[in-house]
This record gives sequence, C-alpha cells and structure tokens, in this order.
Amino acid sequence: MSRFLYVTKGVAWRSIHNTIVSPAILLPSIIFPLFFLVAFAGGLSRIADIPNFDYRPGYTAFQFVFVFLQSAAFGGVFTGFAVARDFDSGFARRLLLSAPQRSGIVAGYVIGALLRWFITGSVVTIAALIAGMNVFGSGIDLVGLLGLGIAMNFAAALWACGLAMFLRTEQAGALIQMPVFVLLFLAPVYVPVHLLTGWIHAVARYNPVTVALDAGRGLLAGSPIRVALAFALLAGAALVLAVFARRGLASAERAG
Amino acid sequence: MSTSSPAIEVEQLVREFRKGPRAVDHIDLSVSPGEIYGFLGPNGAGKSTTVLMLTTLLPPTSGRATVGGYDVVKQGAQVRASIGAALQEAALDPILTGREHVNLQATLQGLAKADRKRRADELLERVGLTEAADRRVGGYSGGMKRRLDLALALVHRPRLLFLDEPTTGLDPQSRSAVWDEVARLAHDEGITVFLTTQYLEEADVLADRVGIIDLGRIVAEGTPAQLKAQIGSPSVEVTPVEQDAGERLAELLARFGELRQNGRGSVTVQLPGGESELAEVVRVLDQAGLRVELLQLHQPSLDDVFLAKTGRKLEGAGEEVEEEPAGRGRRLRRRGR
Amino acid sequence: MVADVSLFQQVSAVAHRSVTRTLRQRGLLVFPVLFPLILFAINGSALSAATHIHGFPVSNYRDFALALPFIQGALFVSISAGTDLARDVETGFFNRLALTPLRGSALLVGQLGGAFVVASIQSIVYLLVGIATGVGIRAGVGGAVVLLALSTLISFGFACLGCLIALRFGSGEAVQGIFPLLFVLVFLSSSSLPRNLIKTDWFREVATYNPVSYLIEGVRSLIITGWDGEALALGFGFAAALAVIALALAERAMRTRLVRT
Repeated sequence: MSRFLYVTKGVAWRSIHNTIVSPAILLPSIIFPLFFLVAFAGGLSRIADIPNFDYRPGYTAFQFVFVFLQSAAFGGVFTGFAVARDFDSGFARRLLLSAPQRSGIVAGYVIGALLRWFITGSVVTIAALIAGMNVFGSGIDLVGLLGLGIAMNFAAALWACGLAMFLRTEQAGALIQMPVFVLLFLAPVYVPVHLLTGWIHAVARYNPVTVALDAGRGLLAGSPIRVALAFALLAGAALVLAVFARRGLASAERAG
Repeated sequence: MSTSSPAIEVEQLVREFRKGPRAVDHIDLSVSPGEIYGFLGPNGAGKSTTVLMLTTLLPPTSGRATVGGYDVVKQGAQVRASIGAALQEAALDPILTGREHVNLQATLQGLAKADRKRRADELLERVGLTEAADRRVGGYSGGMKRRLDLALALVHRPRLLFLDEPTTGLDPQSRSAVWDEVARLAHDEGITVFLTTQYLEEADVLADRVGIIDLGRIVAEGTPAQLKAQIGSPSVEVTPVEQDAGERLAELLARFGELRQNGRGSVTVQLPGGESELAEVVRVLDQAGLRVELLQLHQPSLDDVFLAKTGRKLEGAGEEVEEEPAGRGRRLRRRGR
Repeated sequence: MVADVSLFQQVSAVAHRSVTRTLRQRGLLVFPVLFPLILFAINGSALSAATHIHGFPVSNYRDFALALPFIQGALFVSISAGTDLARDVETGFFNRLALTPLRGSALLVGQLGGAFVVASIQSIVYLLVGIATGVGIRAGVGGAVVLLALSTLISFGFACLGCLIALRFGSGEAVQGIFPLLFVLVFLSSSSLPRNLIKTDWFREVATYNPVSYLIEGVRSLIITGWDGEALALGFGFAAALAVIALALAERAMRTRLVRT
C-alpha cells in the first residue's frame, strides 16, 4: 500500500508542479471556464425572462453550476492530454520503469487533475460571487456541490487517462475531448430541461450530465433534487472508468 | 564568370547576431571553378551561417563575397539563379510526392513546360528515385529525402552547388551514394561544390581542398594531404610475437625515426620519409627474422590537424548550440543531431 | 532554358501546391466542417426557448443560429492556413522557396489558395445543411449566393490573419495561440442573441464594438431579414477591412521573413 501511495504522491506532485510553473498550462485552464461564465451568464442573461424560467437564484447561478461542473470535467480531460504528451515524449516509459506499483501512476494523474481543478474551481466560484451570484444553499448543500465537482473530475480524468494510455499519442486529444464535450452540451446548458424542445429534450432527459446539473443547481438553490442519483451515476461512471483506465495502463505496459 | 576567376571568393566576411558571439569572424576563402571545397568544423563553428550568407539568405554584417562572379549583397538574384543549394534541413513537404517537388521547383525556376517533365524524369532517375517518385515524401527514408533534396538543387542546372551537411544522419550506404553523386557532379560536369561537414572522413574523401573553421574563424586551409603533412609524418606500430623481443625491435627500427615504446614489446616509430618507408621497415624486420604479430600504419588525421590548431579534438568538439539566425525560424542545432 | 517567371505562374504554382496539400489532408477538411455543424445542431435546439423572448426576430432559433457556423469555419481556416505557412518556415521549406525567383507576394497569395478552397467547401456545406434542416434563406437564391461570397471573404480575411501570425512569429504554436482569442471574440458578440436583446450592459457594449458582431449580422441578415443594406454594408465592410489590413500586414511580414539580398 505504501508503494502505491508514494507513486501516487510523486506523480500527483509532478502534475501540479508542472501546471503551476507553466503559465501556458495553468492560465488557459482558468481563463476558459471564466470566459464561459462571462459569455453565458453575461450574454444570455435575458434567457431568465423567458416564461417558466423559474430558477430562483437567477441566471448567473444557473450558468455557474454548468461552468463549475464543466471545468471539473475538462480538468480531467486536460490530464489526459498531459498523459498522452508523456507517452509521446517517452517520459511515461520512465514512469513505468521506475514505479514499483504502477496503478499508482494512474492514481497520481487523477489526484493531480483534482488538485489542479481546485485552483480553477476556486477562481470560477470567486468570480461568480463577485458578479453577484445568489447562493441560497446551506453549507452542507455547497459541500454537496463540491462533491459533485470532485466526482465529475474523477470520472473525466479516469476516462482521459485510460484513453490516453490506450492510444499513447498526443493526437488522441480530439478523441479524448469530443465525447466529454458532446455529453456536456447535450444537457440543459442554457435553459432548464423542461424548457428544451425537440430532439435535444429527448436526449437531455436521459443524459446523466443532466442529473448532475439538476442536482448541482438544486443544491445551490437550497432545494436539493436527485442528488443521490447524481452521485450514484457519477460513482458508477468512475468505477467503470477506473477499470477502463487500469486496462489502458495494462495496454501501455504490454506495449513497453 | 570566366574559368580563371574564382567561383566563390570571400573577403573578411563577418556575421554578428544581436545576442551572442560573432558567428562568422573575418573569414577569407577562395574556391576555384569545378573544385569541391570542404568546409569542416564542429557544430556551432559558423559553417551554416557562412552558407546562408553565400546563398544570399542572410546578409553579412561586413565583408564581401562573390559567388559565380556576382556580389552576394548587390546581385542577390543573379547569385540565386546560378546556384543550387541543399541546406541543413531537407526542407521537404511531406504531403507532396517527389515528382511534385521537382515540378514545383522547375516551375518556380522558370523551366519551360516541355522541359519540366523531361528534367524531372532525368533527375529522379539520376538520384535513384524513379520508383518512389509518385509516393508522398512523408514516407521516404532519410536517404531518399537527401537524394531528392540534391535533385531539387540541380533542377535549373546550376554551375555552383552548396551542400550543408548533406550526409548527417544517413546510414553508410546512403552516405556513400551521396558522395558518389557529388564527386560525379564535380569531376564529370565541372560543377563547383561548396560542402560543409562535421565528418572528417567526408572532407578527407570528397574535398579537393578543405577549410577548417572553428568559432567563426578559418584555422587551417589546404588539401587534406597538405593539412595532414603540416602536423606530422605517418607512423608505424609494430608488435612482436615474443614480448621480450621488444628491445631488439627498438634497435632495428631506431634508424627510421623517433621511437616510442608502447609496452609489452610494442614499438611505434615515426616515418619522416612518408608511408613509402613502410616497405623498408618490413624488409628490415624480415631480414632480422623478427616475427611480428601486428604491423599498423597510422596517418595523421584532420582531427589531429584540428587538435593542433585549436587544442581540441574535432570529434566531440560540437558542444555549443549554433545561434539561430533572427527571423529565420530555423531550429536550434544540437551536438550529434 | 530558364526564363523569367510571371507573377501569375508563380501564384499558380504555389496555389496548386496549397490546394493539393489541403485536399490530401482530409482531417483538415472534415473537422472544421463537422464541429460548427455539431454546435449548430446543439445550440439550434438547446436555445430554441430564446425565441420566446419578447422581440426575438424569428420563431425558429435555427434560422438565427445558422450564421455562426460560417464564422466558426472561418476561424478554422485561419488556423490551418497559418499553421501550414508556419510549418514551411519551421521546416526550412521557406528557405527552399526563397532561393527561387519566387516573389513574396506570389507566395502569400498562392498559399491563400488552399484556404480559399476550404472556405468555399465549408460555406457550401453549412448552407446546404441549414437548408436541409428547414432554415429558409429570406433573401432567396441571390441571397444565398451573396451569403457564400460574404462567408468566403470573411474566411479569406481570417486566413490572412493566420498567415500574418505565421510570418511574424514563424511558429505553428503562435498561430494556434490566437485561436482562443478569436474564439472569445466570437462569443463576445451577437452570436447567441440579437444585440438589442442582450441584457447585461457591458456585454452589449462589447458586442456593439466587436467587429465580429457585424460579420455575423451581415450573414444572418440574408437568412432572416432579406436584403438589409446596412447589415450587408457593415458585414462586407468589416470583412473587406479585415482582409485588406491583414493582407497588407502579412505582406510586410513576408518581406521581413523572406529576407534575401
């Protein structure tokens, strides 16, 4: 167990260290979610005037939850890019050779993703509060929202790490990113699900991201809904994706 | 350009960059028509910078140079029309085929449409790329890319050819093929070749004359034989079958020149008269009935020349990173590539 | 025999190479076409409730949203044109061309040939998909032709911008680096709502001063309004200004980079 822990610690340290010392990596991961918050909450705030848009905390809070969870998901995705880069540069081989407990490598990348997301998530939250976002949830509700973000980040990081380890090239970036992007946007991004019409309503109803968004928005509004289901889905996804990531690691080990 | 005037003439050529030392520091050289001039030096010596100036891609800071009789600064277009160049990077487009490269080059050089196809076929055959001509260059080996590069430099039938490290990174077979072609171009077609290299053997084998450059300055110039003769004479190392015959061996060989005992009976003797004295050495040993296990002739190398002139060996001397000319977008050069 | 090469011949040779390269890299054609259409499909449906906002100009959000893919496509054209040119600088292929009699202007214009082909294909696909999903072009067939022309001009302008960055910095990374900036410009515009319906004051101000708003509105006017002279004048005006300015600056950067004695 201790070997697993110190491999995890080493890989996670490198991940967070490289992010902090490289503005080229750190800044986009902060700026993009901020920008989405500004663009959606600012540019589309008139949406709140639509009849039956009844989200009590207001449109900024409505969009904040999406951007918060989206930043968590993409924080995981960017970790996959880093893993792919490590394979392209040969550094991953060094890790595989030197780590006595190799599953610690995956755990390290995932923990690194989470630590990096704490920075982004904090900045986005502060920005939303400065913009006047209403928070009606209690302390426990907000911890629940944070928990959703963590679970989202874990699941996305496991997906990204797993695929990066299977493909072992930076060119896998688009493949890592697209499914996450599509899943996120086939959810009630701009309006609540009951205001969606057409094919997207049908898709969003069954999209697990919709459950997470609804739960998050409910927690922020102080009226939690579907929270248990959201955590169950995210936990289930994380479990399945952990197996996927382990298989990816095995594939990388076989390739040498 | 008349046959008597130099094909390339350089006077006090200097190139400075804003940040860093002088890359080329007051060099003078002259290359005769039809000659293969080898410009030898480690990475960062200033070879490629010199080539860029002579091919008009980099203006000199000061000094003067003419190529093909044209001033490189004032008559750049005429210089470019009279030269072909295969620069350090093979600089090919991986998406285009070999034939498309030749066609593009031929079009841009102004070859008539009727001449383009004929010239493409001729050049591709000459460099052994006829079969691969219609394949994308991205799938070519390093040797194939270099050969295509050479073909592209020859499209417009230039009288002068600049080759910047043409065989770096190639396997021995590909290297040999490039050498053969370069020698043929010079000796059969009378093309003047200015060749930069960091390989001693390449300069030794190919070049009619060699200029050795280090830290931007030419430290030695001459034919390979002349340069080596400046350093010293050849020597022969003799190892007897019986170790205790060493003393007798030394006595026998002392008459030829300076002696050095190598241990275990082995002796090295200088041959001031040149390698022609080797036959006499063998005769003396034979007459004395001394049985010999090893007899090896050592020639001074261009590396010895470099060592004598600079205090460093040429091989392994390229620790510096070559300065990237501003605005050129060239990658930094590293030792050993 | 070697003869003087005319400007037209030089441009043709370089353009031929540019077009050949583009058509052989199918990934470069497919993704820039597909991605904006995916967003169009998603946003066209996800934001359909926006048509209930009082004063929204159309009842079908897809009519409103179709203008955006043309602009997004232009961004991709910008990046791929710039990246191609930057790669030539980085690999030394630029030096190879510099050793020929090729004029700098011919190299630039020829290089934009590939961008023009991609832009044209993209625009036609976006228009056909839009029509297939039920979007009507208010300005009719003539309007569709003008739309394609405007869209191509916009793409050309962005392609010149990409080439400018490539020549100025000589690196593909620098070209990729402007993508987020352009992306931000597109979002901080009237891409999702008409400018008069943007509630947040500062956002509306930014959208008003953002030239991308007028590019989008020019294209959109042909779809949802018909022949709106002001919108078209502003759209074509800004597109032409972008093209002219970016081309002029790119030309200057070319002269610096193609330094030959």
